[in-house]
Amino acid sequence: MRPLDGIMVLEFCQFMAGPSAGLKLADLGARVIKIERPGKGEGGRQIAIKNLFVDGSSLVFHTINRNKESYAANLKDPKDLERVKKLIKEADVMTHNFRPGVMERIGLDYQMAKALNPKLIYAAVSGYGTGGPWAGKPGQDLLVQCLSGLAYLSGDESDGPTPFGLATADIITGSHLAHGILAALFRRSRTGKGGLVEVSLLESVVDFQFEVITTYLNDGRRLPKRARKGNAHAYLSAPYGVYKTKNGYMALAMGSLTTIGRILQSDALMDFTDQRDWFIGRDEIMDILCGILQKRDTAHWLQLLGAKGIWVSEVYDYETLLGHEAYSILEMDQKLKLLNGEEVHTTRCPIRINDERLFAERPAPRIGQHTETIAREFGL
Amino acid sequence: MKPLEDILVIDLSQFLSAPSATLRLADMGARVIKVERPETGDICRQLYVSNVILNGESSVFRAINRNKESFEADLKDSSDKQRVLRLIQKADILVHNFRPGAIERLGLDYALIQKVNPGIIYAHISGYGEEGPWKSKPGQDLLLQSLSGLSWLSGNGGKGPVPMGLAIADILSGSHLVQGILAALVYKSKTNKGAKVSISMLESILDFQFETITTFYHDGGKPVQRSQNSNAHAYLGAPYGVYATENGHLALAMGAIPVLGELLDCEALKAYIDPEGWFAQRDEIKQVLADHLKKGTTEKWLSILEPADFWCSDVLDWHRLLDHEGFKILRMIQRVTMGDGFSYETTRCPIRLDGEILTSPLGSPALGEHTQAIAEELIPD
Repeated sequence: MRPLDGIMVLEFCQFMAGPSAGLKLADLGARVIKIERPGKGEGGRQIAIKNLFVDGSSLVFHTINRNKESYAANLKDPKDLERVKKLIKEADVMTHNFRPGVMERIGLDYQMAKALNPKLIYAAVSGYGTGGPWAGKPGQDLLVQCLSGLAYLSGDESDGPTPFGLATADIITGSHLAHGILAALFRRSRTGKGGLVEVSLLESVVDFQFEVITTYLNDGRRLPKRARKGNAHAYLSAPYGVYKTKNGYMALAMGSLTTIGRILQSDALMDFTDQRDWFIGRDEIMDILCGILQKRDTAHWLQLLGAKGIWVSEVYDYETLLGHEAYSILEMDQKLKLLNGEEVHTTRCPIRINDERLFAERPAPRIGQHTETIAREFGL
Repeated sequence: MKPLEDILVIDLSQFLSAPSATLRLADMGARVIKVERPETGDICRQLYVSNVILNGESSVFRAINRNKESFEADLKDSSDKQRVLRLIQKADILVHNFRPGAIERLGLDYALIQKVNPGIIYAHISGYGEEGPWKSKPGQDLLLQSLSGLSWLSGNGGKGPVPMGLAIADILSGSHLVQGILAALVYKSKTNKGAKVSISMLESILDFQFETITTFYHDGGKPVQRSQNSNAHAYLGAPYGVYATENGHLALAMGAIPVLGELLDCEALKAYIDPEGWFAQRDEIKQVLADHLKKGTTEKWLSILEPADFWCSDVLDWHRLLDHEGFKILRMIQRVTMGDGFSYETTRCPIRLDGEILTSPLGSPALGEHTQAIAEELIPD
């Protein structure tokens, strides 16, 4: 069972945020049609990481846009625009991430789209909202991370701002976009009316920090202070962090220092009897722990601490993780066969419905691959 | 009308993962009843961060659980459990994040709940799925980050693992739970059938890395390499990163190196004409940039790069962000009030609907604050 069977989504979005939402909707059963300009297609086709391309588009594009169709249309050409408008009349959802003003100029802004199809869910992604001094700024992941304060949460105290090393703002925003779209679809089932859903990278990445920003708003506005070494969360007490061992690294989450001190037979740790000092004396405590933990192998500590219920773990790289039984049992992988015979080995949707994993083997489309069939199907 | 009006959620979960999901549902209009054990309640109530205590409990709890009600019940006590089952009978959605096995022991697994309420959407989060060698491991965020390979993506090369400094596995699994729940609601509106939605923090944090894991598979399993300095994404070339300036920092996203050389008047950069080299030689290029950018202020560099449409920005802390007009105009901060009159500031739901922001004045509940009122209203004797 795919819960969104029968839902049709037109995706005008490019790059990461919007298309990552489209991918979730597709994996949940929706039919997602990318509307791409002829020739060059979606901008994300040319954005590569490690300069990797397959079948003419970047590997990243293939990762984000699998399980979708492509309809090529030049929105500046009146005939193409008419056809797209016909499609909009048939669609349940459309998404776009053009900068404020662009859809108005094309004539596909919310009011126009609503006039075509009052049941349509119209979903828009922006960088910083539609008004204000930042509205015209590029809505790019790293820039939003850096403007939102996020870069001061990771890394150690003496490190400069340390961004999250993935397109976190894009991914979080895409997931909020999916929330808004799905909630609006549900509302439509009760009211018969469509609606407008708007998210922005900045609002989403502020929401992502809601716990710590709420703390900041209520603690006399103290800025986050990262631990001196092994920081894993600026607001959490020792022992929370990563530690070097004799042969690698280990992670130690929240736990009682009294208990840990007893297990490690460290009087220095057991001296911290007042819980408040676990935060105030964090650097000192973490130094003591460093001194102890570096003397033996990771496995020794995991055995010793883990057996007593202390929250510890190894620190894996991809090679170790992806070769581990705990990974293979998830059946997280899937392989997509491309038109040119190449294969893309990627991951599946993380959501399980009625105990079923949601696989989808269909690869990302070539530009306009489905233009003709869609035109025939909808009499465009 | 908020989209989830009249939807009743019974929430047995604690900490952050699933409670962050029910916060989203609440903000979109659902009524969320937290079922909490007597005396301690959700353990998050005592999970203090930086020793901050807000009206007697953790600021983090206050952030995650506003706009919810609290019903006190001991699920191991049979009469309390009967009351909760009667609540579940009336609910549209049941949420929990018990470890695998625990929910069966409580007699609240899907098979049993379906008998009480066949149309329910039964949604739960585990740490690592319900089978395999890690199924009983604690589903704790830092452990998930450490096991999933994530901690090798941030920070500079040469450093040890650098976790992302927020509970990202919790947040993403909560977010995926919301997606599954809402999709199931859409399905139910057409078919009148309920569904079970299962999320694990491990699958969610792997999904977050779908780009880099796919790349790892494609490039023959090469180890992740962070750049030696100014790393912001291990798989992207120069100039992508954050640089110190004379008076602060500057973030540079993707862009052509020779163009940057031209704009910044940095002769050495103009030599890097081959885009392939921007990845292969990024350590060297980033070092040149770092040395050059130190010589001017952030404002100076922005005044050159922004008009040329080069992707760049200042690096703000929260003081400067919250003071900025670009932030204020979003009206992202709201004040909420608890049942005892205590009020505090927090953020609002990030989604806008029909041009409106979604806010709610309700603060987090005291433990058991609504037990009696809920019982009288929903399960009268």
